[in-house]
Amino acid sequence: MSYCKQEGKDRIIFVTKEDHEAPSNAELVEDDPNDPYEDHGLILPSGEINWNCPCLGGMASGPCGQQFKEAFSCFHYSTEEVKGSECIEHFRGMQECMQKYPELYPQEDENESGPSGGDDTAPAEPSNTDAASVPDSSVDEVTVAGTENAATS
Amino acid sequence: ILTRLLNCSSDPPPASAMSPVEPALPEVPEHAPYLLIGGGTASFAAARSIRARDPGARVLIVTDEADLPYMRPPLSKELWFSDDPSVTETLRFKQWNGKERSIYFQPPSFYVSPRELQTVENGGVAVLMDRKVTHMDVRGSKVKLSDGTEISYDKCLIATGGVPRNLQVIERAGEEVKKRTTLFRKIEDFRALEKVSRELKSITIIGGGFLGSELACALGRRSADLGLEVVQMFPEKGNMGKVLPEYLSNWTTEKVKKEGVTVLTDAVVKNVSYKDGKVQIRMKDGRVVKTDHVVAAVGLEPNVELARSAGLEVDSDFGGYRVNAELQARANIWVAGDAACFYDIKLGRRRVEHHDHAVVSGRLAGENMTGADKPYWHQSMFWSDLGPDVGYEAIGIVDSNLPTVGVFTKATAKDTPRAVTELSGTGIRSESETEAVAGAVAGAVAGAAGAPAPPPQQKEDYGKGVIFYLRDKVVVGIVLWNVFNRMPIARKIIKDGEEHADLNEVAKLFNIHDD
Repeated sequence: MSYCKQEGKDRIIFVTKEDHEAPSNAELVEDDPNDPYEDHGLILPSGEINWNCPCLGGMASGPCGQQFKEAFSCFHYSTEEVKGSECIEHFRGMQECMQKYPELYPQEDENESGPSGGDDTAPAEPSNTDAASVPDSSVDEVTVAGTENAATS
Repeated sequence: ILTRLLNCSSDPPPASAMSPVEPALPEVPEHAPYLLIGGGTASFAAARSIRARDPGARVLIVTDEADLPYMRPPLSKELWFSDDPSVTETLRFKQWNGKERSIYFQPPSFYVSPRELQTVENGGVAVLMDRKVTHMDVRGSKVKLSDGTEISYDKCLIATGGVPRNLQVIERAGEEVKKRTTLFRKIEDFRALEKVSRELKSITIIGGGFLGSELACALGRRSADLGLEVVQMFPEKGNMGKVLPEYLSNWTTEKVKKEGVTVLTDAVVKNVSYKDGKVQIRMKDGRVVKTDHVVAAVGLEPNVELARSAGLEVDSDFGGYRVNAELQARANIWVAGDAACFYDIKLGRRRVEHHDHAVVSGRLAGENMTGADKPYWHQSMFWSDLGPDVGYEAIGIVDSNLPTVGVFTKATAKDTPRAVTELSGTGIRSESETEAVAGAVAGAVAGAAGAPAPPPQQKEDYGKGVIFYLRDKVVVGIVLWNVFNRMPIARKIIKDGEEHADLNEVAKLFNIHDD
């Protein structure tokens, strides 16, 4: 059973697991999905890509940001049967750029430790390391991250 | 070849490597479309935001430090826990999960040289180090550096952070005391203190807040190996006395003591002198501490040196530059980070000195500098770890003067910062909030049965829980005590700003018994 004590202006409640079993009756305000102030995940309500999404890490802002944006935009808007199939050149351009900055975009696989300089975002690292491999997987990584990020905001 | 040249920041490239394009360009660009004054966390976050939103943006960061942008929290935490003896050189550290990273946000190859900034294809971020902006001419949209060089701008961010405060009694105590006193803020302070910790026998920290307590715990943990006495003193009744309600502050103090620190509470320093080879600290109640070195962790003085020349307003209540909800001071001038006193639509005007706020406000400033016009809305958070076994995260106004309601349960071995970073796979706990994907983290935590971790050392009473801080019956602040990865729900409750009749019901939303 829970019990309470008061120390001056501070109230302290101790609860057991059973005390918290019943669902909460606290009411939360319904969120407005179109709130212009809210942060968004990878995809904005308009359908555009949110290049400033923390989930992308430094991908859109670094030295290869332009190439990354071109490749990913192409993929995002692609309506081909095999999505992104017309974007190979863009991804090649991105890969070429990234190879010039091995410190920022390491070419090892995920099991090794992250980029030596340190992009400051852990989830971006998988997409960094995948960037040199098949385009689909790097984009899926980012998309999955973005979707979940949107769910939390 | 050009990319190799771009890697030399402000040093001129060797003559043999120079291409025909080089010689005409001055070291410092005459104009920067985006000028960021200050090279810390807020500035870097803004640079990243600008580059993400404005393709090809040319961003110039001007900093008086000799270092590229880096994050501060590890300077008083993770770097001290590293086993690597070369950590003071590399500034890299391994986390609990084995992942290694640097405190620098990006390695040198990320940046372009200031010399190239105006011409490099696709733009970039350049960092001009060892330069101080001494004068700002708002009418002319330009700044002047300490060496007289002028840089004009289109949009300017002031992210000058602050300078550690000192005690007046130390300022007046003379050179022998002052040279044995550290005001801790930068990489060089970390290096100096680390050296001191190995060479001297006694260090006394004055200040009982975040920085003082973290340094005390970090040094305390080494004290046995180093044969080092660590003393911490402060005027409050317990560690974090201005932040945590008294019962929790007392609990925290006991934890700090267990880390090997001699804690002196209710200690007001009356004078400091150097006598018989020791620094002598005399308190108002007559107690005396004799020590070899002092760390003063008594707050931060926001840097508003440009206010006068720029004609910018300084806030008299909180200090810092006064800006609106969109972080704007005047047309084309924004302020972010420690130096920004901003209007928070939900919580009122405030100034926040935490890492995540620097990231959030820096990002927002960058967005607004590229045309967004968004107010401060995503509430930043902060955290503190007292070693690997106990930690808390917090959000909003967390002031111990406010009435609080704390809901607690018992902790298990899984409820420690170490366990959390192992499970989430994130290197630093700041990443698990600001940047990581909550879904992935929650999944990892859920699958964590039987994660190996030492049993936490804590009193039974306050194992883990949630503490609500109230102002006019509305929750304005929340501390998550040994409860991790719940920040989104905490943020939501503050955003709602509702009156809740029963806070225990609100506490249920956190599922503190799970994990």
